[in-house]
Amino acid sequence: MVSAWETAGTVRDPELPMLTIADLGILRAVREDGDTVTVTITPTYSGCPAMREIAADLRQRLEQAGYRHVDIATELSPPWTSDWITAEGRRKLQAAGIAPPAASDSRVTSGPVPLALTRAPVAPVSCPRCGSAEVRETARFSGTACKALYACRACLEPFEHVKEF
Amino acid sequence: MSEAWSSAERESAVTDFDEYGAYESLAHSLETDDHRWAFGTGFDDPLAGIDTAVPDGVDAAALAACCLGLGDDALIYSHRLQQWVTRAPELEEETALANIALDLLGQARLLLTRAAQAEGAGRDEDQLAFFRDEREFRNVRLVERADADFAELTARLLIFSAWRLAVFQSLTRTSKDPVLAAIAAKAVKELTYHRDYAAGWVIRLGDGTDFSRAKTQAALETIWPLVGELDLGEEVTGVIDAVIARATLTRPAAAPLGLVAGKSGRDGTHTEAMGYILAELQSVARAHPGARW
Repeated sequence: MVSAWETAGTVRDPELPMLTIADLGILRAVREDGDTVTVTITPTYSGCPAMREIAADLRQRLEQAGYRHVDIATELSPPWTSDWITAEGRRKLQAAGIAPPAASDSRVTSGPVPLALTRAPVAPVSCPRCGSAEVRETARFSGTACKALYACRACLEPFEHVKEF
Repeated sequence: MSEAWSSAERESAVTDFDEYGAYESLAHSLETDDHRWAFGTGFDDPLAGIDTAVPDGVDAAALAACCLGLGDDALIYSHRLQQWVTRAPELEEETALANIALDLLGQARLLLTRAAQAEGAGRDEDQLAFFRDEREFRNVRLVERADADFAELTARLLIFSAWRLAVFQSLTRTSKDPVLAAIAAKAVKELTYHRDYAAGWVIRLGDGTDFSRAKTQAALETIWPLVGELDLGEEVTGVIDAVIARATLTRPAAAPLGLVAGKSGRDGTHTEAMGYILAELQSVARAHPGARW
């Protein structure tokens, strides 16, 4: 029998549809109690516009799997970090031409957040097509909140990079 | 072309496009009673499932006031940033500004929802955003101005995001309310990117051509009177001064904009720009209360 976690884990992110919500690390908990299931998800960014679609998709799939009561709960703490993207998720991003994030530790601090006055990339990024580390950041924001725009100096292709967050 | 397609062809094209199922689920959800608000996101409780009781020892009225002020700052400034969409000088900047506006709108939704819970009067984020009058808004006056040019945009974004980042970083440690602390911890990550973006532009423009330098200095002079309303503290002042120095600009000496009968933005007294923003922000919701699509 397929567990509720496995069913919930098949839901894809509408904005990064090569990833499931489990790959992305936004599926936090699935609790079964008889024919009731409570799924806890966390937004990547405060304004993530995909939460509603994800919640609707979760509800539909779990109801189809036979759960009569599906509760979707939100969790804000601890806040989502790009470190929660699984190894499988990183492989899928790379295969889709999106450079996965490096470790985000450098951006977490308990005191004042230091100001970075350089245009240097936050973390090392390599081209997902040719593997070259000779890349440049063309914009720190992209089509979705979680990505930046890059270009490769070796193969000249533009690509997206999931930001360290 | 599309008229020549048979319905089977159209269906097949849609199926190919929807190989991942995201649109299918959206279509399914629209068939149910789960309608969207015409002017909201339809995800009607951004704090669903979170323990939202106000903990013992927390002053609910003070918590509501704090969330309302910070939520209103984000809501009104997000609206101003959204007005740059289709007007930004380059596509990359437009994308950046839309993303920053979206982050702030997300923060506004969480904070207004928390404010409504702490208030305990049965209101929700939409009632707070769309059905309050000008004097009930508690945002600082800095966020109300319409940007005259890109230099003003970057100068104000620098000051706003440097200040907000420090306020939220402090709230992650000092808030006795765990929900506000959690909202702040998420926002800190977002605001770090916003501040870096704005600082990068202020330096690029200030340390650029004579023309861009003059425009950026003029932008600082224009907005400086509105900065007096913010409690910047040593840290934020240090950050802003460091950027101004690197940009070869001068910190303005302009006096703060005066209070009106002892009141400022946090007390509900706003500049003349505020009425126009609210007219645009609220008119659809007020013309069609409760509308769904």
